Amino acid sequence: MAVDRETVVRVARLARLKVPEDEAETLAGELSNIIGWIEQLDEVNTDGVEPMASVADMKLRWRADEVTDGGIPDKVTANAPDPQNGMFSVPKVVE
Amino acid sequence: MTLPSDLRDLTIAEARDALAAGDVSARELTEAHIAAIEAARDLNAFITETPDRALADADASDARRADGKSLGALDGIPLAIKDLFCTDGVQTTAASRILEGFVPPYESSVTTRLRESGTVMLGKTNLDEFAMGSSNETSYFGKVENPWRRDGDNRPLVPGGSSGGSASAVSGRLCLGATGTDTGGSIRQPAAFCGIVGMKPTYGRCSRWGIVAFASSLDQAGPMTRTVRDSAILLGGMAGFDPKDSTSADMETPDFEAMLDGGVKGLRVGIPAEYAVDGMNPEISALWDQGKSWLKDAGAELVDIGLPHTKYALPAYYIIAPAEASSNLARYDGVRYGQREDGADLTELYENTRAAGFGPEVRRRILIGTYALSSGYYDAYYLKAQKVRALIARDFHDAYEKCDVILTPTTPGPAFAMGEKSDDPIAMYLNDVLTVPASLAGLPAISVPAGLSGDGLPLGLHLIGRAFDETTLFRAAQALEDAAGFDARPGQG
Repeated sequence: MAVDRETVVRVARLARLKVPEDEAETLAGELSNIIGWIEQLDEVNTDGVEPMASVADMKLRWRADEVTDGGIPDKVTANAPDPQNGMFSVPKVVE
Repeated sequence: MTLPSDLRDLTIAEARDALAAGDVSARELTEAHIAAIEAARDLNAFITETPDRALADADASDARRADGKSLGALDGIPLAIKDLFCTDGVQTTAASRILEGFVPPYESSVTTRLRESGTVMLGKTNLDEFAMGSSNETSYFGKVENPWRRDGDNRPLVPGGSSGGSASAVSGRLCLGATGTDTGGSIRQPAAFCGIVGMKPTYGRCSRWGIVAFASSLDQAGPMTRTVRDSAILLGGMAGFDPKDSTSADMETPDFEAMLDGGVKGLRVGIPAEYAVDGMNPEISALWDQGKSWLKDAGAELVDIGLPHTKYALPAYYIIAPAEASSNLARYDGVRYGQREDGADLTELYENTRAAGFGPEVRRRILIGTYALSSGYYDAYYLKAQKVRALIARDFHDAYEKCDVILTPTTPGPAFAMGEKSDDPIAMYLNDVLTVPASLAGLPAISVPAGLSGDGLPLGLHLIGRAFDETTLFRAAQALEDAAGFDARPGQG
């Protein structure tokens, strides 16, 4: 299926990725090519096949529900672009 | 033992023995490599060099040894670490602008194991941005050069990718070994391009904890070295159960080196007809035939097998890997770490940060992945790809009823020139056509340098093993290495 310009804009919005106006058309062409190539998967009969999410044939392990870490706010925020008082900061969200 | 005139010509196994015999010190080994790294900066193999740390590691190793407290085979061995492994106190970038300046306050589980084995860290190697690429041309920190050149042609070639910096560093003798990571071929393809041994273990053998995530159901760390024996030794230092990775396999790590010389007498080597892909370079076909003869002459039995869904592995991969990447890379939001671009509100801050922080190939894959997972397309693309993945895994399962390892070429051709494929994403993706199927099935696989192309470039042969049977895989790889006797070295023009 061809990916049109509107789809690129919508998907970019979902991915929180700003796409400049003049790039949307180019990206639509590139994505159409790639998706078109991927669609050869339609040749494969997958009736009754269970989708495979992981090769690791295992159940997730359990552990005791207890605190194993913490108390290191300075370390946690050390790489933040704008840490304030041991917290992360963002533009005002609620008026 | 007699030392070579240049200490960098030692293998890890030889360096281990020389260190144990007191013929060389970790400091001498490390100084030789630090000097080589400085002299080879044109390759751009490293994003961050850590010479002070390396010398401190080396001195600590020598002091331990003098005390009779050596930590074993890897104590004092200088290694390079792909800049996808988080290293405590040392910048870790994933070759992305969005992580420039990120200094992890913790150490990945694999590099923790290597530190506890006494290894020396020379620095962090370059890669394709977020490990997305097959030529190491998408790094924000610049392209990496392959130390090899075509005969009579001085144009720089790509080292392959994504572990291109590690491959270039091992090939150019800037370290005795390096770590890589492999999602669809990112260890094996650059190893083939640079004439070294690259090994991807079984999914679950090495912990993923602390490795910047690309596609979590596929990512595996593995060793990049100059010999099969070194590969076995280095994997021994990287592998092992880790409760911090929920898909880490809770099993013993075998002594991979112990069985190396067992030979291949009676071993059943599967030859899949489907790997003779359209447009395969005739030199690669000839090398594959040569590989079959070598193993047969060494006593192995060749078995024709069918892997009928091989052709669909690459398109399935290019849904699954970007889908997982689009989810994994959602964390780069400009709030908790990494680069930030301001915006009028929170959404615009996210959008601006991610547009400025990610390069074109990463953006493209995030968009494909988001598209494949979005409402209305999920069943047609993502679910379909997961079903095809199940069929590919089943193909291997059936094939291993008839054989013990599978022999194929590693890549459809030798290293190409910079810029030669960077305008055509699908042409670039086709580099991984022979390595991706084993990744989707989670199987261990290794590339061994086996010959030279007509214009003097290294070519690799590829062995795929049963899940968690790295021991047999290494044994077959050793037989291949012995028969090939590959001793060509990069001339750098």
